[in-house]
Amino acid sequence: MVLEELKKTFGKEILETVTKNDRRVTLTIHPEALVAMTEHLYKTMGFRFIIASALHTRRGFEIYYHFSFDQTGLILNLLVILDNIKPEVESLSNMFEATNWIEREMHELFGIDFLNHPNLDQLLSDGNWAKGVYPYRKDFKSKGEVQQ
Amino acid sequence: MSKQTLIPIGPYHPLQEEPELFKLYCEGEIVKDIKWETGYNHRGIEKLSEKKSYDEVFFLVERICGICSTSHPFAFANSVEEIINVEITNRAKYIRSIIGELERIHSHLLWVGLAGHFLGYNTVFMWAWKYREPVLDLFEMIAGNRNNYAMFKIGGVRRDIEKAKIPAIQEVLALVKKKTDLLVGAVTDDPVFHARTKGVGVLTREDIVNFAAVGPTARASGVDIDIRRDDPYAAYPLVNWKVITSEAGDVFAKAEVRLLEMYESISIIEQCLEGLKREKEGDIDVKVKHIPEGYGIGRAEAPRGEVFHFVVSDGSNSPARHKIRAPSYTNIATFKKSCVGQSISDATITLAAVDPCYCCTERLAVAIDRNNGQRIMNAKEIIEHSTQITNRLLNNE
Repeated sequence: MVLEELKKTFGKEILETVTKNDRRVTLTIHPEALVAMTEHLYKTMGFRFIIASALHTRRGFEIYYHFSFDQTGLILNLLVILDNIKPEVESLSNMFEATNWIEREMHELFGIDFLNHPNLDQLLSDGNWAKGVYPYRKDFKSKGEVQQ
Repeated sequence: MSKQTLIPIGPYHPLQEEPELFKLYCEGEIVKDIKWETGYNHRGIEKLSEKKSYDEVFFLVERICGICSTSHPFAFANSVEEIINVEITNRAKYIRSIIGELERIHSHLLWVGLAGHFLGYNTVFMWAWKYREPVLDLFEMIAGNRNNYAMFKIGGVRRDIEKAKIPAIQEVLALVKKKTDLLVGAVTDDPVFHARTKGVGVLTREDIVNFAAVGPTARASGVDIDIRRDDPYAAYPLVNWKVITSEAGDVFAKAEVRLLEMYESISIIEQCLEGLKREKEGDIDVKVKHIPEGYGIGRAEAPRGEVFHFVVSDGSNSPARHKIRAPSYTNIATFKKSCVGQSISDATITLAAVDPCYCCTERLAVAIDRNNGQRIMNAKEIIEHSTQITNRLLNNE
């Protein structure tokens, strides 16, 4: 029912729906629709933001935004696929605090830009990490791997 | 604007045994702003996980946290089993829940002790930690280790809890129940505890939703969420228990939720032990041959809240991506709200109230003689000593 309501409002923005079982659903959406859809999920439908997971794949940068609907145990994943060369997406941290840290972390580890984020400073490395080197990207090689 | 003073807590400080730096910006006694620096201990576990086989990842994620060391393997097992779509045996479910709940008891006892310590109420600290010991001894009896129990694997658990061990567990549960009564009395009857914790570090329901806080931190503010009930796993749907909530949102409510949760944990374990008696001994795992392509999400309710694991498999024998979210990640961010406007002395207990993860690896601290600098035991002797204790517990001597 939750899904139907969402499809009615945002039908055009949803590119693909994958229903794994009745408690795990993934919607691939247009990155431009992310803020509006999150606002609807969070403010109108009462979803809770869990975390976001970034992936570096052949398709580019993928971000799964995991939302929990605690009344039914449903986890709804909003998947956005970003450009491989210049990954950027609108920040959600102006809407709620919950995404503040994870967006900073993804910026630091994957080099994804979150537009209009209140403070995209490093979260983990305290400024001692080389600029423009992103350790969680697939093309990153650690010192040991390079020597091999 | 009057002049602000910076009071640092950390990176190494008696309050926060783990390295984290909190900068309190104060005007007089009152905290006006708080900033923090984390990352002193960043170990790159998510990246490391991509280099390990699925079996090895269990040992890796178990070491994320020293106190709730089974909650990460719990969530990881749930996520991988979701990819494979395998149903584990009832006996394995009961054993998993017993381990999870014993861990909740010892973790909450640890927190109550620390809370007492921060407030200068060291009797509670001594009592709580004294009665935490028998629970850790139980772990040593069941798993061979006091922490990092290595009990979980894909498709079940590594060790059985045989019938002969059940009376010893019941005995400790009876003791803990009696001593929880004592602690509840020590906390609720003490006027100083009331004065120091009531109305301190209040988080409203809106704050919890804004920061997406979880676990006892959320439940103490009246947000009724518990993954054990909302997204059921292991043996939790098979036993009767209830979710404890409180409305006030202050430090006292958080203490209340944790103390009352211990009774529920004891009840869950008692029912699981009865369940074990009905199931066939030794039937603790199902064989898994291959992990197919796909993704799996596993959640588990740790003592501090929801642990979340997201595993992407590409069909090989190690995860293609493994995202981990520990409960403190969202709970620590609430300090921005709960500490501001408090006095400095209240800020310490407010920081401790969400139970940010501490490590308890101090067991070998007496290995060097203070007078002559000689080692009292060498590494081999320590291992032998530890083996002796384990054997003694295993044989119930």
